[in-house]
Amino acid sequence: MLIRLAWNSLRSRRTTALLTLLTIALSTALLLGIQQIREQSRQSFMATVSGTDLIVGARSGPVQLLLYSLFHIGSATSNISWSSYAALRNDRRIQWTIPLSLGDSHRGYRVVGTHDDLFKHYRYGDQRSLQMAQGTTFADLFSVVLGAEVATRLGYQLGDALTLAHGTGNTSFVQHKQMPFMVSGIMAPTGTPLDQALLVSLEGLEAIHLGWRAGVPLPGLQVTPEQARQQTLTPRDVTAVLVGLKSRLQTFHLQRELNSRRDDPLTAVLPGVALQELWQVVGIAEQALMAVSGTALLIGIIGMLAVLLAATQQRQHEIAVLRALGCSPLRIALLLLLESLLLTLGGLVLGIVLLQGGLALLQAPLLSQFGLLLSLGALSPLQWQLCALILVLGLISGMLPALFAWRLASASRLIRRY
Amino acid sequence: MIPVLRLDALSFAWPHQAPLLHIDRLQLMPGEHLLIQGPSGSGKTTLLNLITGLQSGHGGTLEVAGHSLVQQSSRALDRLRADHMGLLFQQFNLLPYLSLVDNVTLPCMLSNRRRAAASHQGLTPAQEAERLLTRLQLDPALFHQRTVAELSIGQQQRVAAARALIGCPELIIADEPTSALDHTNRNHFMTLLFEELQHSGSTLLMVSHDPALANHFPHTLNLGRMPSC
Repeated sequence: MLIRLAWNSLRSRRTTALLTLLTIALSTALLLGIQQIREQSRQSFMATVSGTDLIVGARSGPVQLLLYSLFHIGSATSNISWSSYAALRNDRRIQWTIPLSLGDSHRGYRVVGTHDDLFKHYRYGDQRSLQMAQGTTFADLFSVVLGAEVATRLGYQLGDALTLAHGTGNTSFVQHKQMPFMVSGIMAPTGTPLDQALLVSLEGLEAIHLGWRAGVPLPGLQVTPEQARQQTLTPRDVTAVLVGLKSRLQTFHLQRELNSRRDDPLTAVLPGVALQELWQVVGIAEQALMAVSGTALLIGIIGMLAVLLAATQQRQHEIAVLRALGCSPLRIALLLLLESLLLTLGGLVLGIVLLQGGLALLQAPLLSQFGLLLSLGALSPLQWQLCALILVLGLISGMLPALFAWRLASASRLIRRY
Repeated sequence: MIPVLRLDALSFAWPHQAPLLHIDRLQLMPGEHLLIQGPSGSGKTTLLNLITGLQSGHGGTLEVAGHSLVQQSSRALDRLRADHMGLLFQQFNLLPYLSLVDNVTLPCMLSNRRRAAASHQGLTPAQEAERLLTRLQLDPALFHQRTVAELSIGQQQRVAAARALIGCPELIIADEPTSALDHTNRNHFMTLLFEELQHSGSTLLMVSHDPALANHFPHTLNLGRMPSC
């Protein structure tokens, strides 16, 4: 019965109620959205590095190495020589290595030169290995394996030919036109940056750079694919190496050894530790965002409080009538409390709907622009906690008008001359 | 037969003030209507607040429908008011956000006893409300609209009367219900009200300082013992 009264009372103040609802909804969506981005970006970053014990690159900062090697963000300042890579490969403590060579692109997507070992040893998420949705891994020198998103976005099928561009810009002027690659396989989606990558063999990458010096083709030194096949295609260097160890106990030891090597300036990082460092940097921005959206929520709640309090002043007659009908002061206070609860709950639900709708719209651009996969669906435990917090805040702010009404109701000598 | 209202040596005084009210004996049987008259400050309003249980601290006996109001919890007094009394104010009787029918059925939401009484002969409280509103000559087109603010005061008072009457409470307490009405509307209102009281068997206790109303009542109590200035 109370709920019907509360509902009707809110309906009669539709405009202010709706505006209040909208404020709460927007701030809820903001707060939950930021939390979602925070959690899911961490999850997907974590999933990407989950199976790798060490990342080795040329000497640089750990975060930088992590970002360019696995997440294709930014670029390497220098490379590791092939001999260093070979030494790593032959180290007895190391079980597997995955060389990565970056620097080319295809229509805005990164090209990763690597080895068949990637398909064998790379693990992501819950120790999952890469699966082919169609086709096979590198069948030929000029084979390319596409990430799931690259294939769908650019509409490539098995057997299609494509040319790589030199450099990583979206519009590159220098194309490796003379040596087209053929799509030999398409990977199943992984939720990692590999979805937005094109994989080619290190040798293939070497082949298209034959006759190049210092990043530009030398005039008069055009090499045909046939000529390339005749040459030894051992790469001169690689950008980074993912390393899996036989025993994880060796991790720190090997890391220290690599970092302190004098003859060969390398950096080895533990992906988990580098991620923590990254979060420390990103965390400040995240906290600022959370603070702003928390403030927005507070403003919404205070707005609701103002609306409800202003209404209580005008509702003395209503309270008097309810008292005359035998409504106890407690019930009248509950009625007011229920109104703020309805508003907060409505705002909360609308906020969740807004968030999911917004995510559905933003999912594609976020993924392609930032490599951030935000999934729709159930809220995380932390998000539920935020929802509960919002409800509690709404209830607490509802207490004030309720208390006000309770005092009016208890004090009223209803029958009086107005 | 249990009297609807029984006062015995009822007295009331505000703290540190001279006694405001003293009634030796007053008893209303079902169907007996009473008009209380008197100038401002004679204690009319206080008397109504005492009878409805909204003002505590009286001396003597005060019983409504056989229930003593002395030493009752405020919860029990609220219950008593919901079950046995219908109240009618000067104005602002209605909740603006409810339709006429929802306004009239409010007592049935708050009191099981009133709901049971209103649901006689297979009628729902809403149907009973419509019946009462029709009897009080309100336009059926208005029944389910939220148009309280657009009603004239005469119409509003008739809706309030229907609400006081629904579920046949023993005692209907009216505080100057006609003071905002003009002469014609006042007579019209009183005629309709008495017709329905006949039907419901409720007892009306009305406070007014309009002497013309005395014609409608068999009994009048005058509290005008205060010296006029």
